[in-house]
Amino acid sequence: MDHLALAADGGGGMTEDVAVLGAGMHPWGKWGRGFVEYGTAAARAALADAGLGWREVGSVVGADTVRGGYPGYVAGATFAKALGWQGARVTSVYAACASGAQAIAAARAQILAGLADVVLVVGADAAPKGFFRPAGGERPDDPDWLRFRLLGATNPAYFGLYARRRMAVHGDTPEDFALVKVKNAALGALNPYARYRKRVTAEEVAASAVVADPLRLLDICATSDGGAALVLSSLDFAHRHGAARPVRIRAVSTVTPRFPNTVLDLPDIATDSAASVAPPAETFRASIARAAYEEAGTGPEDLSLAEVYDLSTAMELQWYEDLGLCGEGEGAKLLREGATAPGGRIPVNTSGGLASFGEAVPAQAIAQVCELTWQLRGAAGDRQVAGARVGITANQGLFGHGSSVVAVR
Amino acid sequence: MTHTRMPAVADWFTGEGDGFRLLGTRCTACASVFFPREDAHCRNPHCAGGTLEEVSLSQRGRVWSYTDSRYRPPSPYVSNAELPWEPYTLIAVELEAERIVVLGQAAPGVTVADLTVGMEVRVVPGVLHEDAETTWTIWHWRPTGVAA
Repeated sequence: MDHLALAADGGGGMTEDVAVLGAGMHPWGKWGRGFVEYGTAAARAALADAGLGWREVGSVVGADTVRGGYPGYVAGATFAKALGWQGARVTSVYAACASGAQAIAAARAQILAGLADVVLVVGADAAPKGFFRPAGGERPDDPDWLRFRLLGATNPAYFGLYARRRMAVHGDTPEDFALVKVKNAALGALNPYARYRKRVTAEEVAASAVVADPLRLLDICATSDGGAALVLSSLDFAHRHGAARPVRIRAVSTVTPRFPNTVLDLPDIATDSAASVAPPAETFRASIARAAYEEAGTGPEDLSLAEVYDLSTAMELQWYEDLGLCGEGEGAKLLREGATAPGGRIPVNTSGGLASFGEAVPAQAIAQVCELTWQLRGAAGDRQVAGARVGITANQGLFGHGSSVVAVR
Repeated sequence: MTHTRMPAVADWFTGEGDGFRLLGTRCTACASVFFPREDAHCRNPHCAGGTLEEVSLSQRGRVWSYTDSRYRPPSPYVSNAELPWEPYTLIAVELEAERIVVLGQAAPGVTVADLTVGMEVRVVPGVLHEDAETTWTIWHWRPTGVAA
């Protein structure tokens, strides 16, 4: 019976580690080229970092993009062809913002099942100007199409709802939100892969245009071009390859919500009703992190750093609470204490976060793990968290996709 | 020229004036309520599944949160690109009986400055957009303390 209970809760229990042999990225920006080029560049960088040739890869997993036409829906094969067909097993996955974590999860499962020794994970995107929008055509059975058609509810509109709710319930202020941008911009200025490499002041945030009240332009992440890749392997292979102490992925959480989901999530027009079934004790976002902690046999007190999905400044504060870095409603206090800044108890978004990168959807969750890898190796340069041993990523994909990775060294 | 009034989405709301209601469905086995409506299967994983019957939702609820749209949303939202953009307000409303939060645009003229979290609002008929022949209708939320 316990097995059933665990299975219904997203799996549970600990698994073996897999090694991160290589990490690579194409710089984020608006380069005006195709996603294949960014992904291939990131893949070559990750392979070089791993000290492996492409022909030694047994499996390639692509995180799909919905903006690249058919090649985007079959990203694994698209990247395999671009790198040169060599017969590798191929997988392509899509889970919106969580696509990268799904790709890592698929790669890890293949390694742990003994289907492949070395797996290349790649995600890349070429983003449009302005708001993300749904695919074309008249599609009234698609909630994503409906929220645009019936309400004009863009992604920033949902971010604005969450931010206002925090202000009303927890007493957060626009000044609190601005300080998230100030922190992340300062870190992004130190990251050669970030799109925005300029420090930002709270006054500059306050002077930027309101997009979705109470959030301003500099509270909301841009949409970017970019690519990220990882080379993962079994620990046995890593040791044979001469990597004595590789960074290891200890957990990958890909859980779904539980009914009734009482937080209005993108792209929904309404929540589930809690009239007949009491809502779960924790929110979906909190359950994403809990599943990762349980699988890793670790907890928030063990963390050296965290990379969280700051689609907006206010959302970063929400993640502090969902990761258990502080109690509910204490996110702004944790920020103002400096706990999440460099040198603090638990630095968050040392990469500069989405605030500095802008979102390249299928690459972003992979990029989060690239940052953990460099930090855990002690190779993060001016952004380095001293003595980093355990890191977590967290993210949530549209349509109910949890995404969290725990890496250790 | 006479416009035909047509709902922008079929079977999500009904009625006119004070009789305007959002329409959802309710499972006859577990009483879970669904909006947007589920007509095929109950989504409660604890429920073996009953038939789904149409129900009208509470007309009044309380503001869960709100925001506005200062920039023109992309297609498939319909707006006249030749006219200056007029921001509108979005309100997420918690209906107590159904224990559900439903998002909608605020009635024209209601701004974020008029709202607070917890304020009572009421569902009212509204217009999403008009084309040559048709007025496409939608639901709006309006604070009960604000005159029509």
